[in-house]
Amino acid sequence: MGKVRRKLRTRAVAAVSVVSALGLVVGCGGSDGGGTGGGKKDGKTTITMGLFGVMGFKETGLLDKYMKEHPDVVIKADVAGDEQTYYTALQTHLAAGSGLKDIQGIEIGRAKELSDTQKDKFVDLAGAAGTDHFLPWKQSQVTTEDKKVIGLGTDIGPMAVCYRKDLFAQAGLPTDRDEVAKLWEGDWSKYVEAGKTFKKKSKDDKVAFMDSSSGLFNAMIYGNSQQFYDKKGELIYETNPVVKDAWKLASEAATSDLTAKLRQFQPGWDPGLANSTFASTVCPAWMLAHISEKAGPKNKGKWDVAKAPQGANWGGSFLGVMEKSPVKKEAQDLVAWLTAPEQQAYLFKEIGNFPSSQTALEMPEVVDAKSDYFAGAPIGQIFGTAAKEIPDEQVLGRKDGTIKDIFSQGLTLIEAQGKSPNEAWKTTDKRIQKAAG
Amino acid sequence: MAISTSTSPDGAPGTAPPDGTGTGAERQRRRTLLHRLDVHGAPYAFVAPFFVVFAAFSFYPLIYTSWISLHRVELSTLNVMEWVGFDNYTALWEDDRFWNALLNTFTIGVLSTVPQLMMALGLAHLLNYQLRGSTFFRVAALTPYATSVGAAALVFTMLFERDFGMINWMLSLVGIDNIDFENNKWAAQTAISTIVIWRWTGYNALLYLAAMQAIPRDRYEAAAIDGASRWQQFLKVTVPGIRSTIVFTIVLSTIGATQLFGEPLIFGQGPNGITGGADNQYQTLGLLLYEEGWKNYQMGRAATVAWAMFLLLIVLFVVQRVVKRVLARKA
Repeated sequence: MGKVRRKLRTRAVAAVSVVSALGLVVGCGGSDGGGTGGGKKDGKTTITMGLFGVMGFKETGLLDKYMKEHPDVVIKADVAGDEQTYYTALQTHLAAGSGLKDIQGIEIGRAKELSDTQKDKFVDLAGAAGTDHFLPWKQSQVTTEDKKVIGLGTDIGPMAVCYRKDLFAQAGLPTDRDEVAKLWEGDWSKYVEAGKTFKKKSKDDKVAFMDSSSGLFNAMIYGNSQQFYDKKGELIYETNPVVKDAWKLASEAATSDLTAKLRQFQPGWDPGLANSTFASTVCPAWMLAHISEKAGPKNKGKWDVAKAPQGANWGGSFLGVMEKSPVKKEAQDLVAWLTAPEQQAYLFKEIGNFPSSQTALEMPEVVDAKSDYFAGAPIGQIFGTAAKEIPDEQVLGRKDGTIKDIFSQGLTLIEAQGKSPNEAWKTTDKRIQKAAG
Repeated sequence: MAISTSTSPDGAPGTAPPDGTGTGAERQRRRTLLHRLDVHGAPYAFVAPFFVVFAAFSFYPLIYTSWISLHRVELSTLNVMEWVGFDNYTALWEDDRFWNALLNTFTIGVLSTVPQLMMALGLAHLLNYQLRGSTFFRVAALTPYATSVGAAALVFTMLFERDFGMINWMLSLVGIDNIDFENNKWAAQTAISTIVIWRWTGYNALLYLAAMQAIPRDRYEAAAIDGASRWQQFLKVTVPGIRSTIVFTIVLSTIGATQLFGEPLIFGQGPNGITGGADNQYQTLGLLLYEEGWKNYQMGRAATVAWAMFLLLIVLFVVQRVVKRVLARKA
């Protein structure tokens, strides 16, 4: 009898271990069933958001405001600092169909790829109530061929040049923003010329004229309607004169030792802002928040903003709602609210993210906006004028973001590794073929 | 319905029960079968969890990866696969990025493994002495290992930063110009190796220490009586005594070095981390895999790199066995 019981017990243990092993496997396989993070529980709706950089919703308290107005909604926002890191994770989540948030931020460099390959995973926001106030070209960037809209616009990135008045003064350059703008009016090569003057006359040889040559490169190519791809989706970076000119001028800046050899948003750049290692940077509107945050209160009033030689749009983002989200309706409401004209104007006032909403662009809060941090610069006027110069049509390509990164690295080869521009172009070309082919 | 065990608990032959459990002989046979299943089957059931997990998370991915590596397939559209045969492999063979990454993996591996194991050996030797508070020192030696790769790499990245990093600040005190650790190939590889060394030295030291403590004390006594110095004792008694542990740590470190990934990725940060620097100056095989898969979104090519790494490890393992056998024959 005892023997039988023991036998039974062993068998039971064996069975349990097998079952639990299978359970482990099944459990792991099943954990992605839910898909997105949010849901409804006890009358409360939880909405999760995946964001990057300084989009401002969390930082300026807009999310808190929404939660106050909607006591039954809880918003959990996850902010990744670096967009590349964010997008890599988003791609993996999209491919696996798990780990997605209810609302995901989309950077403009990824817009084409997502609307080409992932449109089924996003909710169609075309024709949603109260969302007809965007700049037409902004909306068209996330509209798929079958007229589906996978996201609503947050900000756009009209460009200006941010500069340090005190550092310009010690190098004998003008400090008044209108005179500074005249220095390089109409042509980016005059900006590089100004840099050469700066370098010659500067009393502090530890201060570079600009932070990085890739900033200049970006500013130049984004002033044109076609950059890396043409309308048919063919790669044209090799022959596009815009890209060639930008490469030439940026590598000239790099070889003339005008840059601090930094990479924007990478290590060294933030301490560079705080410790004044460079005197100017090409700045799209959304960069003002980053500069004022990282350069800190001790540099308040030393920074100013001047009009860029040419209008261009660098960056800007969208908010998309995931098809799999269990709180689709609520998430859409939140996205519509966050991108509404009032909120866009508020964000511009708070951190300088420039509205993509036509309605907001005409609001006095935007038109008359001045920045305390940037020596009272009339940023509403400066960026508003720049926004009008942005080409109405902007051709996006699938690998825009990746190609932009590769070009930045190509310029780093010249800037920090002493490669010749020719050699660096060859490497860049080869890498793009690998990445886009 | 009566059950067989209740009618004849002692197994004596009785009237055949109508439920088909058979005669006494049959029952006996069934019991023997169950007994045999129990004795021979249960151990398999006990080890099953590992193998089930292994099959699901190691073997299946391995097979699936090899299948993917024969296709052209993108991360965002994993369901669209185009058969290309061994094209990915020939392309990898001809890709100078692969050879560059292989060489970098090797140089960073040597730069990190050799000093690391030497230092671990020395540290273990010191810890092996009678020390006050020896537990404290042993735990302290293990602390870096318990730190996450991410945290360690981030801190070191700040230390090695070009303009405001602490290491360049210290170098400037003795009149050395700022070194651009990220953009200089050897400086970058040394910096990355430092992170690896910092994390793993204590761990290896404890492995050595455990082995050292198994060496009988009387060998040291005998050596001391023969007039051997501490250093001679270390060379002639300690090192031969822990030879198999040293081989074990070399194998472990080699596998670790081949798969080096987190440290260089975080060291570069952002796009530069993924490509191992603007000039791929510290791109390891692990990073190349990541670049192909999660930057270029070419899963087929990424899977090919993964298989190349796997084959490389097998080759390394075989070489190690051969060397060991040759050495053993000589001894």
